[in-house]
Amino acid sequence: MITASARSELLESASRVWRAYRYWTHIYKRTWRASLASGFLTPALFMAAMGLGLGTLVNRHGSSAHQLGGVSYLAFIAPGLLAASAMQMAAIEGMFPVMAGIKWIKFYQAMLASPITVTEVLYAHLLWMATRVAMVSAIFLGAMFAFGAPRSAEVLAAVPVAVLTGMSMAVPSAAFTATRESDQALIGVIRFVVMPMFLFSGTFFPLSQLPAWIRPLAYITPLWHGVALCRSLSLGNASLGASLGHVAYLLAVIGAATLVARRTFTRRLAA
Amino acid sequence: MPSLQSKALSPESSLIQARALTKRFGDFVAVDGIDFDVAPGEAFGFLGPNGAGKTSTMRMIACMSPVTSGTLRILGMDPAADGPRIRSRIGLVPQDDTLDLEMTVLDNLLVYGRYFDLPRKVIRERAERLLDFAQLTDRANDKVDPLSGGLRRRLTIARSLISDPELLLLDEPTTGLDPQARHLLWDRLYRLKQQGVTLIITTHYMDEAEQLCDRLVVMDKGRIAAEGSPRELISQYSTREVLELRFQVDDHAPLSAQLAGLGERIETLPDRLLVYTDDGESAAKSLAERGLDPVVSFVRRSSLEDVFLRLTGRTLVD
Repeated sequence: MITASARSELLESASRVWRAYRYWTHIYKRTWRASLASGFLTPALFMAAMGLGLGTLVNRHGSSAHQLGGVSYLAFIAPGLLAASAMQMAAIEGMFPVMAGIKWIKFYQAMLASPITVTEVLYAHLLWMATRVAMVSAIFLGAMFAFGAPRSAEVLAAVPVAVLTGMSMAVPSAAFTATRESDQALIGVIRFVVMPMFLFSGTFFPLSQLPAWIRPLAYITPLWHGVALCRSLSLGNASLGASLGHVAYLLAVIGAATLVARRTFTRRLAA
Repeated sequence: MPSLQSKALSPESSLIQARALTKRFGDFVAVDGIDFDVAPGEAFGFLGPNGAGKTSTMRMIACMSPVTSGTLRILGMDPAADGPRIRSRIGLVPQDDTLDLEMTVLDNLLVYGRYFDLPRKVIRERAERLLDFAQLTDRANDKVDPLSGGLRRRLTIARSLISDPELLLLDEPTTGLDPQARHLLWDRLYRLKQQGVTLIITTHYMDEAEQLCDRLVVMDKGRIAAEGSPRELISQYSTREVLELRFQVDDHAPLSAQLAGLGERIETLPDRLLVYTDDGESAAKSLAERGLDPVVSFVRRSSLEDVFLRLTGRTLVD
């Protein structure tokens, strides 16, 4: 009988998460057109400038083809950019909307006055962040196809990988934001964590170009795992073992950050 | 009719029961072991200066803040175990509005209604009825952002009623509103009470407490300083009347000795003297016999404010 009541508790909780999630879908109705348009434009611009523009120079350089694994610069950076923009966007989604929920608009407090609990508020928002990353990544993939960047149909699996990559940054961001009083520190995180990660996690050049002593630092960033996996899927040279390793690493980061976020959200909103 | 029943409610009949209820934040004791009972249909007030522990108590009743120690039962349930179930039956009007300013008035109701497990149709019907109740029907499709404080407050109250709660918690419902807006809100709250909704109100406005509350507790520094109906509290902690006197002097303190015996208690303020007495007129008459000639002299009825200031002091809390 315990299992039956535990099951109904779980169902009720899932229903509450869904009800909180509907807040996000409701407000998205206001902005979806602009958000989809910029979702396509941003990767298209990036691929045009970096892949085609800069790529022409890179491809002309004899040794670079070898360094890039024998593919064009566009084919090399497009999947990296997919993971990196998922990470960047998710980091921001994990910050300012969370601050708005706690302080600026206080929609978290509004939810908490209903049967919805603080962990459910958190889960609903994380679920929404994942939805947003999935939408933007799917559009990104469309742009990649438009530029002829993917070399393998396995690239379709890069969308869920981009979601994991994004969430490995969104959840820690949300956990951290819940401890802050203002967005000042958030801007610092974007400058000193998100941007360096974006630039130095193997998105734009192979890590072999970095000094050996600094490489381990890149390997521990979740983004490097996301970039490596997305790239191998897009180039069609993914191995099962390495892929599972990357996924496991991303899931571990997300899991640990979720536990921390539960604590920081509870401390902030239900003390 | 204001209920004069005090304290001795049986646990079964009380909607809220608190025993030695305590809330600590680190070393700071916000609520220090308070006991109270709220009966169904009652309008119960928490009165106190800022920092007295009213909002902390309210947040515990709203199951939004865990109890540090002591017991709290709401609708017969324990907030630690049944938070969602309790919250589905109570409405909350928080001290700061938590409305979504970018949304329309109507959407604020619809989106909030969805948080409770209510069918879409029911939410629609109730939203329309509540807009009417809060006199917001003609603003239904306006965004909240440009609305005045009074309109926003009415919307917050309407929103808190979307789940048809048995118990409505109002944390300083009229703070910052102009008199017209306050009177309209009081009227709406009175109607809710007539419909049998139990009201819990925190306020630092005495007139609000006198208007709305059947029974109230005065809180100070996390403790309950007094409990009773407004009338009971006045008769217990003040006199029937107060004689207020002002003299042509810079300092009123030296004069207070000359008033000794005139009433039950004399209070000296920088700009005037208060004589607490059951018969203000005769106290005023005996002034002349003592050769005192005040510039201003008037008798007024004792109010909850006198009780409040006596119990919580005149010094500023923050």
